[in-house]
Amino acid sequence: MSGMSEYAPLRLHVPEPTGRPGQATDFSYLRLSPAGSVRRPPVDTSHFDTQDLSYTLVRVLDDEGRAVGPWAPQLDAATLERGLRAMMKTRIFDARMLLAQRQKKLSFYMQCLGEEAIAVAHSFALEKGDMCFPTYRQQGLLLARDDVSMVEMMCQLMSNARDPLKGRQLPVMYSMKRAGFFSVSGNLATQFIQAVGWGMASAIAGDTRIASAWIGDGSTAESDFHTALTFAHVYRAPVILNVVNNQWAISTFQAIAGGETTTFAARGVGCGIASLRVDGNDFLAVYAASAWAAERARRNFGPTLIEWVSYRAGPHSTSDDPSKYRPADDWKRFPLGDPIARLKAHLIAIGHWSEAQHEQAQRELEAEVAAAQKEAERHGTLLDGGIPSAATMFEDVYEQMPDHLRRQRQQLGI
Amino acid sequence: MSKQATVQAADAPGLDAAAVSVEGAQAGKPVPMTMIQALRSALDVSMARDARVVVFGEDVGYFGGVFRVTEGLQAKYGKSRCFDTPISESGIVGVGIGMAGYGLRPVVEIQFADYVYPATDQIVSEAARMRYRSVGDFSAPLTIRMPCGGGIYGGQTHSQSPEAFFTHVCGLRTVMPSNPYDAKGLLIAAIECNDPIIFLEPKRLYNGPFDGHHERPVVPWSRHPLGMVPEGYYKLPIDAASVFRPGKDLTVLAYGTMVWVAACAAEETGIDAEIIDLRALWPMDLETVLASVRKTGRCVVVHEATRTSGFGAELAALVQEHCFHHLEAPIERVTGWDTPYPHAQEWDYFPGPARVGEAFKRAMEA
Repeated sequence: MSGMSEYAPLRLHVPEPTGRPGQATDFSYLRLSPAGSVRRPPVDTSHFDTQDLSYTLVRVLDDEGRAVGPWAPQLDAATLERGLRAMMKTRIFDARMLLAQRQKKLSFYMQCLGEEAIAVAHSFALEKGDMCFPTYRQQGLLLARDDVSMVEMMCQLMSNARDPLKGRQLPVMYSMKRAGFFSVSGNLATQFIQAVGWGMASAIAGDTRIASAWIGDGSTAESDFHTALTFAHVYRAPVILNVVNNQWAISTFQAIAGGETTTFAARGVGCGIASLRVDGNDFLAVYAASAWAAERARRNFGPTLIEWVSYRAGPHSTSDDPSKYRPADDWKRFPLGDPIARLKAHLIAIGHWSEAQHEQAQRELEAEVAAAQKEAERHGTLLDGGIPSAATMFEDVYEQMPDHLRRQRQQLGI
Repeated sequence: MSKQATVQAADAPGLDAAAVSVEGAQAGKPVPMTMIQALRSALDVSMARDARVVVFGEDVGYFGGVFRVTEGLQAKYGKSRCFDTPISESGIVGVGIGMAGYGLRPVVEIQFADYVYPATDQIVSEAARMRYRSVGDFSAPLTIRMPCGGGIYGGQTHSQSPEAFFTHVCGLRTVMPSNPYDAKGLLIAAIECNDPIIFLEPKRLYNGPFDGHHERPVVPWSRHPLGMVPEGYYKLPIDAASVFRPGKDLTVLAYGTMVWVAACAAEETGIDAEIIDLRALWPMDLETVLASVRKTGRCVVVHEATRTSGFGAELAALVQEHCFHHLEAPIERVTGWDTPYPHAQEWDYFPGPARVGEAFKRAMEA
């Protein structure tokens, strides 16, 4: 060591979460804004005009369940009830599939507990023909739709004879073009840039459809995220760039992805993209921000980046145990609460809903999901070996099967 | 089938008529083209025929590409169908995959094959598996063009031949033409193919055939029959080899520049080599390869890329698996050395006709 400097020796900074097992999290790092306090600019605004919006937090629902401020959307009560039911259905679906995984009927599962509002309310703001490029935690995009069968989704999860993906993909890696749901990769961030390309194609074709890209806080560190922002800005692509900041990437706190003392929304402004930071557990805020971004894209004003602040209430996957790295009661103490409880409180506050109706809806949805599972299991599960034939393994590698694959299939003896 | 194109095929030495069967009726009269002009013609024809074809990459728009392959396309088809991109190979391929998912048919240029590695995740994990993982719900009909190979004093970052990285990946097609006629017919076929295609262009062949004698003047394509390329539309099979030079003494498996080097070695050694120009590296035309080896009983594999785990290893394995009992000599491999492509020592690295000729002699003497 030279010892020539008048300063103390250099020290490497490695970020840490403010809570660990046995030590309650200090959530003040989230820097929340009061509901209704953040302004709503016109949809044709410039990225420059969204600088403040990338550091504050768009919120609509206050602690009393009232919808307040300029972002409060004009959604009728029936639509809100549909949203509530879709979130409840998503949570029930996740719970049953978690159980089915423990029963070895599927190999693996990923729930979106606590993040239901993001996918469900976002899907309400899109139109038929728009294309989402989801990660593995946006099953709500499918479960919010009336035209997607839970049985089909469960058959994929169970890799059974009716699995539309023929057992080739891990559970949850759905593909459903007709429902505007691009094939889920499993390699993170790759699809963020593909969504930009899809939006560019729509613009090249003179179409009216838009794309919606999805990524988590953790994988914003991948180069594909930054590449996507550059391309989206350069070509003014009609795309919504969704960053779901659920605070945790497996065991890694969002500060390790670069969220410490800044926000992921701020990345967008630096790239010339209008950017919002939004309460992801607030159904009304999610809908309002999504609709704002969708209108911008559809009117050719270009991309919008939205950071959805939320909390991954469950484990990363069925292979994860979060009690090893964060406080067990963290979600209960998370200041943005539970999206289902919050929308329920709002519907009760406006006189459209009651505890009794909620309980009845819960029972109905549980029965609906259970019936779907029973139906799906009739086509087999991973446990009972009712999986698609191994011969199908050689199909679709190419459009037409080349000779070498034909030979290999023969070698397998099928 | 176009009459002119058929005549051209029959007139062109090194091309067997069967392998150049021309599809479509619009193939025009043959005119002299460099490989660059032939590739440009393929893009032009494809963009004119199909509004879904879009062309983009670094410097390809207004300027027309550093090798000028896309020159004039932006002026002719507009900025939304031929445009410049940021310097990001993962971005270029990634947006291409998204566009293909939408229903366009992107043809992207990677400025040098040496620059393709940042796009590896998009190519290997995404484009190559899109059809498979979604059971055809989505696919990635994307053509990824890239100049490859050395011989232009490009050093380690402008000379590589990365074909083996791609032949290893299931779901990709990897092709490499050796002349303007094939380049145009294969590029049109690649654009029309519904599988993702790695289209490798040996840049030392852009302006003329190159037999490895760098000390001699460059022969322009205009002085070679394979530089006579039909105007208009025609395409070649995307998975067929051609017998570039018929012979009886031994079989050479080669592609790109090495086809010409091998032909030179045959002339210089007097060994009557049958040179198979693979054209399609993978999936490949195994039948043509095996028929030749069964006839000659000897096999020399030649490529410019580094040796270990190179595509030649796969070729040698396939030949011995399928016709071991026809072999009268060990299979010879002639390749680049297992070093980065050097700059000043380029011609000591390049497997020229002398090294190929020595391998011919070893194969004949064994």
